[in-house]
Amino acid sequence: MSKIVRTVANQLILFVVIFGLYVIIQGHVTPGGGFQGGAIIASGAVLLIVASGSQEIKTWLRERRLSVVESSGALLFILLAFAGIGTVFFFNFLVGSRLFGGIPSVGPNPGDVWTGGVIPLMNLGVGLKVMAGLSAVVLALALFSGGEELEE
Amino acid sequence: MRQFFGWLSLVVLMVFLVIGALFIMRPFGEPPSVMDDYIIDNAQEEAASNNVVAAVLFDYRGFDTLGEATVLFAAVTGALLVLRASHKKEET
Repeated sequence: MSKIVRTVANQLILFVVIFGLYVIIQGHVTPGGGFQGGAIIASGAVLLIVASGSQEIKTWLRERRLSVVESSGALLFILLAFAGIGTVFFFNFLVGSRLFGGIPSVGPNPGDVWTGGVIPLMNLGVGLKVMAGLSAVVLALALFSGGEELEE
Repeated sequence: MRQFFGWLSLVVLMVFLVIGALFIMRPFGEPPSVMDDYIIDNAQEEAASNNVVAAVLFDYRGFDTLGEATVLFAAVTGALLVLRASHKKEET
């Protein structure tokens, strides 16, 4: 693509990633969550690929590394699920502990990010997984499809 | 003939199960269950998250989310396998 598109995309990717991380981290307080935030960040990867071409992205982003990130996100999710197995699989064992805040008061309240027990951590794991998975698929499609590279 | 009776017994069993399920179904329009009321009332104390949807997704119905993640993992793995294989075949 042209220089204008590339410059704007390079500036814009920062805001896209920040907004995706916000949706992931605030998933247990506001609407959103791991899947949605990961999809937002993956759309940022699509923006970069469209703007600067897959051959340039290839030099610093490989879909093999993205697969590693995706698997580690899934492992984080499953390990957090197993951590509560003293009671039941997927037991929320961090609720009310001092590290992750108390229980929020019932009713309309501002919402504290540090509540929720293991739910934010699981959101983070799922967010990593979705982000890396969708980016890896898009990158592989762009790299391996064998189509003509978009120039100018 | 034996095969025919096997299929016939299967059909009879299916019809029996479907009719039985129809009889124990809740009447149309009745409040569905006590499960959602329980979750709405107790999600904030038990899961400590303001977003009850997130509490249901990651706490009460964690298995469902695990299945979703597995589906995504399988999709990504399959896509990468197919694309890499076709890429290598083109190169050689």
